[in-house]
Amino acid sequence: MTRFTRTFAAATLGLLATTALTHAQSTDPMKVGVIVTLSGPAASLGEQARDGFQLAIDQLGGELGGVPVEVVVADDEQKPDVALTRVNGLIEREDVDVVVGPIFSNILQAIHKPVMDADRILISPNAGPSSYAGAECNPNFFVTSYQNDQVHEVMGRVAQDRGYERVFILVPNYQAGRDSAAGFKRHFEGEIVDEVYTQLGQLDFSAELARIAAMQPDALFTFMPGGMGVNLVRQYNQAGLKDRIPFLSAFTVDESTLPAQQDAAMGMFGAMTWAPDMDTPGNAEFVAAYIEKYGKVPGSYAMQAYDTAMLLDAAVEAAGGADDQEALLEAIRTADFQSLRGDFAFNNNQYPIQDFYLVDIGQREDGMYQTQIVEQVFDDYGDVYASECQMGG
Amino acid sequence: MYTTLILVQTLNGLQFGIILFLIAAGLTLVFGVMDFINLAHGVQYMIGAYFAFAFTSWTGSFGLGLLLALPAALVFGLLLEALVFRHLYDKDHLEQVLATFGIILFLNQGVKVVWGSSPLFVPVPEFLQGSIVLFEGFFYPTYRLAIIGAGLGVAALLYVLVNYTRAGMLVRAGATNAKMVSALGVDIRRLFMIVFGFGAMLAGFAGAMVAPILSVEPGMGDNLLILAFVVIVIGGIGSIRGAFLAALIIGLVDTLGRTFAGDVLRLFMDPGAASTVGRAVAPMLIYILMAAVLFFRPAGLFPVKR
Repeated sequence: MTRFTRTFAAATLGLLATTALTHAQSTDPMKVGVIVTLSGPAASLGEQARDGFQLAIDQLGGELGGVPVEVVVADDEQKPDVALTRVNGLIEREDVDVVVGPIFSNILQAIHKPVMDADRILISPNAGPSSYAGAECNPNFFVTSYQNDQVHEVMGRVAQDRGYERVFILVPNYQAGRDSAAGFKRHFEGEIVDEVYTQLGQLDFSAELARIAAMQPDALFTFMPGGMGVNLVRQYNQAGLKDRIPFLSAFTVDESTLPAQQDAAMGMFGAMTWAPDMDTPGNAEFVAAYIEKYGKVPGSYAMQAYDTAMLLDAAVEAAGGADDQEALLEAIRTADFQSLRGDFAFNNNQYPIQDFYLVDIGQREDGMYQTQIVEQVFDDYGDVYASECQMGG
Repeated sequence: MYTTLILVQTLNGLQFGIILFLIAAGLTLVFGVMDFINLAHGVQYMIGAYFAFAFTSWTGSFGLGLLLALPAALVFGLLLEALVFRHLYDKDHLEQVLATFGIILFLNQGVKVVWGSSPLFVPVPEFLQGSIVLFEGFFYPTYRLAIIGAGLGVAALLYVLVNYTRAGMLVRAGATNAKMVSALGVDIRRLFMIVFGFGAMLAGFAGAMVAPILSVEPGMGDNLLILAFVVIVIGGIGSIRGAFLAALIIGLVDTLGRTFAGDVLRLFMDPGAASTVGRAVAPMLIYILMAAVLFFRPAGLFPVKR
């Protein structure tokens, strides 16, 4: 009996292997590895990126530029060491042509080198640190979101344009928080009455809010992603500060936090390259399709991942397949696709040149909340690091 | 302006201290009476917040949600005691730490499976919304005052329970010498179970009370657990009175330190250096305090007499 089972199993396996082999020879599908954060407190951001990318692939009929595509999703758990293991798995075991990810800049620092060393293409749909925008730029590395500083720069510009003279800065005490404060100050020339750096992950802001109330600044600038932002926004509201001190923020009120902030976020400001209510070709259809499939309003994370898939689609088609990497890279650089945010081009450092907007919060007809465009702040705006990059030009 | 800021921050510190006390009270009893290290105590705080969320959205009223969350947290605590903790009382501390740490991982993941990973939110009850004017031009959120009031109420209730009831007497006796209490014919296992369930309910109450001001999310109790241990070490293990005072001290030192460390240093340093040093020193203050207390009074401020 055992011998029979063993023979049978061996025969089946052999058969499977043969079919797999012939299958591979006949179609030669393209493989894309998506590595994003799918567990931990920031999981909802990674889920948006994964879903946005998958939505695009589904709409394209499971193909990119006419080539069948297989998407392999990996979870980096927001831990650099885990991300390194997973991305090595994507490269060595799955042998992907393109890696799309990650969400967080510190994860990008961990996976950038292994992907570059393996000579694969890396496209970041969200993280855009300054580290790879200047002298360390790389022909195989693209960013489809923004350079991180730019979003904070928008808020500095807004504060300057509105004539605010005294601004209070409240950011978490880690690299991105300090970068955020520096980005804000690039265009803001008034007085910074105080810069408070809170512990990363702090959830009760009562002490800081009392200080803000006492200082009576013209505006508050803050960067509190995820759960921190949910708490800050609601406590700011409860402390009765919302109507008295304008709330300027980056990554603090967006589609990933609005389901928990709801009414409390109304009247607060953010900065982004896009909003669900934007009147660009295909945007309304994208938002409707995303809501229908996932039951949530898509945020910038979903939009950027969707754009990344569309960029790849156009590039693979122009390059006539994914086999010739040089041709594919050249085609990606032209960025000849319709971005949901309208204008989109790659700078010489392969970070985007695009428009930036001031956004606020509105309630949709279906009762859900979303960001919406208030005004354009920057037009065709590149980052300040591009001049240090020796590529292209 | 400065005096009112100090006053508001003092209230903030009190409110934080009260929440710490609610968590630490159960922890100190379980540690003191049962000599049992329960790292999963912070998870019970989280569970309380999730129960408050679930029942509030089910009934549509925070008051009812809170009333239902309390017995639910109690039952959950008793369930954990019967399933896991009961089998660990005779084991050494390392095994207790490992097992209860496992429960943290399990329950943090568990709430994610049931409620998802995004932060959830509980609305502030209608009549406690907004702020009260304390001073000309100064506001304090009504709900936070309510937390202070509720916490003081619980502290008073605990004081009466522990000092003037038979159960409280047994608990105090158990904290001093559990073996002797058992030898005198008291069912010590049952006493342990009650203490444990009560501690879980207090932590759950703290979680439910903060649900409207903090977001309800997986792992929300992990940071507070460390502070709660600092509180019971400073207060003296097993002492409710010590836990109360130590919690208020920690709450005040942490809050006032975060606000004023930079300002105080500015008196004798240049402003740039003062704010950098202040930022670095503020989170350390409570641990410096703990080290000082351990140095001068190794058994805590109010040690249980043995």
